[in-house]
Amino acid sequence: MKQKLVVIGAGMASGRVLERLFEAEPDAYEVTLFNAEPRGNYNRIMLSPVLSGDKTYEEIVTHDDDWYAENGVTCRFGEHVVGIDRNRKVVIGEKGEVAYDKLLLGTGSAPFIIPVPGKDLPGVITYRDLDDTEKMIEAAAKGGKAVVIGGGLLGLEAAAGLKERGMDVTVLHLMGHLMERQLDPSAGYLLRKDLEGRGITVMTQASTSAILGEDKVEAVLLEDKTVLEADLVVMAVGIRPETRLATDAALEVARGVEVNAQMITSDPDILAVGECVEFDGQLFGLVAPLYDQANVVAQTLLAEPAAFVPKELSTKLKVTGCDLFSAGDFAEGEGREDIVFRDPARGVYKRLVLEGDTLVGAVMYGDTADGSWFFGLIKDGTDISEMRETLIFGPGFQGGAQADPLAAVAALADDAEICGCNGICKGDIVAAIQDGATDLGAVRATTKASGSCGTCTGLVEQVLAVTLGDDFVMPAAQPVCGCTDLTHEDVRRLIKAQELKSMPAVWQELGWKSSDGCHVCRPALNYYLLADWPVEYIDDPQSRFINERKHANIQKDGTYSVVPRMWGGMTTPDELRAIADAAEKYNVPTVHVTGGQRIDLLGVKGEDLPDIWADLNKAGMVSGHAYSKGLRTVKTCVGKDHCRFGTQDSTGLGIQLEKALWGSWTPHKVKLAVSGCPRNCAEATCKDIGVICVDSGYQISVAGAAGMDVKETESLTDVATEKEALEIVMAMMQIYRENAKYLDRIYKWVGKVGLDWVKEQVVDDLENRAALVERFLLSQSVYQKDPWAEHVAERAETYRPIANLTLEAAE
Amino acid sequence: MSWIDIGALEEIAPRGARVVKTAFGCVAVFRTETDEVFAVSDRCPHKGGPLSDGIVHGNKVTCPLHNWVFSLETGEAQGADEGQVPTYAARVEAGRILLDATQLQARAVA
Repeated sequence: MKQKLVVIGAGMASGRVLERLFEAEPDAYEVTLFNAEPRGNYNRIMLSPVLSGDKTYEEIVTHDDDWYAENGVTCRFGEHVVGIDRNRKVVIGEKGEVAYDKLLLGTGSAPFIIPVPGKDLPGVITYRDLDDTEKMIEAAAKGGKAVVIGGGLLGLEAAAGLKERGMDVTVLHLMGHLMERQLDPSAGYLLRKDLEGRGITVMTQASTSAILGEDKVEAVLLEDKTVLEADLVVMAVGIRPETRLATDAALEVARGVEVNAQMITSDPDILAVGECVEFDGQLFGLVAPLYDQANVVAQTLLAEPAAFVPKELSTKLKVTGCDLFSAGDFAEGEGREDIVFRDPARGVYKRLVLEGDTLVGAVMYGDTADGSWFFGLIKDGTDISEMRETLIFGPGFQGGAQADPLAAVAALADDAEICGCNGICKGDIVAAIQDGATDLGAVRATTKASGSCGTCTGLVEQVLAVTLGDDFVMPAAQPVCGCTDLTHEDVRRLIKAQELKSMPAVWQELGWKSSDGCHVCRPALNYYLLADWPVEYIDDPQSRFINERKHANIQKDGTYSVVPRMWGGMTTPDELRAIADAAEKYNVPTVHVTGGQRIDLLGVKGEDLPDIWADLNKAGMVSGHAYSKGLRTVKTCVGKDHCRFGTQDSTGLGIQLEKALWGSWTPHKVKLAVSGCPRNCAEATCKDIGVICVDSGYQISVAGAAGMDVKETESLTDVATEKEALEIVMAMMQIYRENAKYLDRIYKWVGKVGLDWVKEQVVDDLENRAALVERFLLSQSVYQKDPWAEHVAERAETYRPIANLTLEAAE
Repeated sequence: MSWIDIGALEEIAPRGARVVKTAFGCVAVFRTETDEVFAVSDRCPHKGGPLSDGIVHGNKVTCPLHNWVFSLETGEAQGADEGQVPTYAARVEAGRILLDATQLQARAVA
């Protein structure tokens, strides 16, 4: 007598179970198949081609009516199951009950809906089944704008399909890079670049706060208040196992329905398969393990011994025509090392993760041909010590090619600007070389490239080397660090020329040799990116030295110093009282008056920082940035208000300058001073920028030093008004910000580019001066904010221990 | 082993660290770019610098005081510097960070 098998859910996994079952023993079971969708099994993986129009629904059906009829399956499609009665062993459908001897749950997964206002508006859909796909096709026919929330595989497939169908598509992704589960940031960057090349807008770190609209969706509101117009919103932020029936039936459910290796749930007559299942703490979403599970289910149903063993997985995906591959475990971990290969010209990135002498993980983008070979090495645990040197080049390569240090320059387009001062592109230089300019001097003479400030000299030499090959001998230059062969100057110039606006963009396009930089290059890159792209680039605190990350100066015992700003060295009894109160309240052991005319509270515990800042903020004080590569202080004398020799309001100008410049990040620290007369009590002539007031106006000088080197400033220019003095100083700050090497003080940098060039740019060329000021103000509009107030409000918690185990440990 | 839940993975920034206070001193818990977690003593063996305040790159951290670089897996100083920082078992499960309590105590006694 046939046993009764009821299957809930006609997905890919349960479809495979039925195939296996009927192949092995067609007469063992009488099957009833429930499906909430009004149709049978189809290949869900192929929904993307349906969306993009490459396939039709009929082409992706895996089991048609004839197949069900032949195998005697009773189909109850379009009918929801409302419950399972385990005592009576019946499944309760909307249209009646069915008794079972064995029950198989294949309820799959449900899309996760982010709980924001407007999530139920018409026009907001998920991307899970054929109905969703058809809704998208219908919406796309009307054209307009689509916003896809979620930059994982499904979201990107939806975005690509909608774009193909003519919609204007924006993808929002909460994390820092796309498909963060499958890809590392570098591969994520390349994927983003490809998508953007196809006209899809990608916004990362974009958090949706509401979906707006009256009767239907009209726009998406982001947490940063950006409003994106939308005629269609697709939510593809993730899926979770659909476990409601199992939970209601009191089966054991963790994240998914728990099963043993035979795929049996906590009830011996109920099995589960597919995305609704949790086995050994793991969930499953890719098709290969689901098919393995299906085989086990079929055997268990036929009382044959079988056990499900999760296998090492590889993902080889084509997201909208972009090749990507990931396999094994590519997280950094115990005893692991990276081998990284980047080819900026071809948009290729490969990363292998080794553990001892075996390969444990691989990520590839752009060229995935060797994926299965690497996957084989991972699965088999092959000893790769013999081929380690050339491993990353794949099975076909057994030579010894080295990564090309000139790859980044070779990959530059002809219209990439090499010399910013003179507007000379790579193509101009190559043309000059081909016309016979075969050394640096000749290139300078014919094109003027590197003839002004000179910071692009290294790049011009590299263009010579790339163009002339072995005929040109490269002078040795000091690279930024072990992650690259490029110098600071090269990197800065290339960030501008190639419009690189993120750290992964720099790593990939400039062929970085490490996966995520090091403590030497990351702070420099973070600075270059925020200085060149103040609006587009998002400051990365994790790439800053601790002082700038915690906005306080670390001391040798791991405590911090706190210095409130005193504008132009001026303070009040109220401020002094607040400082005294704070010093007492937080047991500050040392109070010191600094050389920059302010008060330093030394020995504050890291976890007390947000509290002491909050107290000082309340008294109207802000961070003095005494820890930053940025504007530190503007020292002043008391000027004509009090001093009998004073010629101008030096204190007032100092305060104006400090109010204009504070909060700006610079290659190294910047200190100013304003003296009210040539007696120079504020010692303006040994500062980075100094102003000396005279009867006729203001003498502005730059490039002084009073530290490791002692050097008098050199005259930049004399101006008649405070307004001009402010403009000149802002322009000076900006040209330094845009051009200097990270950790070069102004005097070091001016020594390299020459004061004459600086004068031309800042003093003589009025149009350029105005443009510099404008760019400085743009940057200030983003970065001039009190970090104390910001951190107190947004991240005070991160200053405190994540946990305190002193109590538990004492027990 | 007895695992203690010390908090959610999201409470530590990628390429960042937080401190766990224990009766035997602070332990620095790191989260790498790829969401691996590591726990090491928060004291640089060189001059006692707080490693939790260092820059995290790959699976290494650079001490903020004098730029010594340590492997987060083995605790060994990299390059020319010689020294070792104690490491503790740590793992992530369902988005929570777990530390091995027995090991924390054993190390303190040893």
